[in-house]
Order: sequence, then C-alpha cells, then structure tokens
Amino acid sequence: MILPFDIILQLFVIICAVAAITVKDLMSAVIILGAYSFFMCLMWAQMGAVDVAFTEASVSAGIGTILCIAAVMKTTRRTKD
Amino acid sequence: MLEFIISKYNFWIYIILMMIGFYAMIAKTNLVKKIIGMNIFQTAIILFFVSTAYKSDATLPILLNSQGHGAGHHAAEQVIEVSQYINPLPHVLMLTAIVVMVATLGVALAIVIRVYRDYGTLNEDEIIKAIK
Repeated sequence: MILPFDIILQLFVIICAVAAITVKDLMSAVIILGAYSFFMCLMWAQMGAVDVAFTEASVSAGIGTILCIAAVMKTTRRTKD
Repeated sequence: MLEFIISKYNFWIYIILMMIGFYAMIAKTNLVKKIIGMNIFQTAIILFFVSTAYKSDATLPILLNSQGHGAGHHAAEQVIEVSQYINPLPHVLMLTAIVVMVATLGVALAIVIRVYRDYGTLNEDEIIKAIK
C-alpha cells in the first residue's frame, strides 16, 4: 500500500460518496456512484485484492450503473433532495 | 490518542463512508437516493473486510518458488511462509458479497420502477400520502 496514493484515493472516495447523495439530479448521482465504484476498485487493487477489484469494476461499476441508468430513464430525473 | 487516531486512519474512513450511506438511507426522501446510500453502505463494509486481509510486505497468494511441472512433487517439501502472502479468505467472501450487492440493487430498482408506475413519484412522503 503506497501511502500518498492511498490517502488521495480515500479522499476521492469520500468526495464521491458525499457528492452522490447531495447532488440534485438523479442521473448525475448515478454517474457519480459509478465513479465511486471505480475509485473503490482502485483501492482494492492496491490492497492486493485483485479478484475483488475485477469483480467490482465489471459487476458493480458496469452492470450496477447500467441498471441504475435504466431505472432513472424509466422513471424521473427530478428530486427534491 | 492522536497517534492512535492517525495510525488507524483507514478504519475511520470506512466508518465515515458507512455513516454517509446510513444517513442517505434514513434521511433522504427520494427512493433512488436511498438505494445509492445502501450501495455506499455495502461497499464500506466490503472495504473493511478486504482491508483486514492486508499485510504489509506481503504479496498475492500464489506460490513463489514453484518449479514448473515439478511443482506438485516439490510442494510437499517446501515450507510455505504464511507471512509472505495476503490472506485470501476475506477476498473470496467479499466476492460473493459484491454479487449479492448487485442482485439487491437490481431488485430494489425494479421495485422503484413499479412504485413510480403506480404513484407517479419517487418521493417517499408523497407516496405515503397517496397510500393513506
């Protein structure tokens, strides 16, 4: 684990998490959640959990984001909070 | 005390992430925001488990000194130094947890689409008002 890289990644992960739940547009929130998943994937790769990182990148960041986008497209983008 | 906080800094990050997700699940009224919070909560827990497997100066759990096709024969004589390898058990467990996470995400989104079709809104307060 490289310390500066680790700290930067953790900072980005927290920024992405806060942004995903505060942004007013659901489509933006879902895309930011995808970015969050990719940063999380990088964290796991540098912790040595390469298999978990692969699964996260393909399943959670890929399929999860697609499912979320499809659901937002079928419903509405507007939100009050 | 300060040294204790700084030396365990990544655990604080996981707790912060978990609380962000928990706040979103409880306080946000939009249903998709709640699902996003659930996703963040689950990833924080998975991150905690994966980080418990980490050892400094260790590598992936692949045998280092194996000699090609003779490896099976010599493996019994080799002494496997456990401190050289990262513990793979939490990785395997969390691999399952990721798949379960996406399955719950899909079911939750399907329910959200069904709710929107019936009530025309994703806001929890308006849905409760329409039910009453």
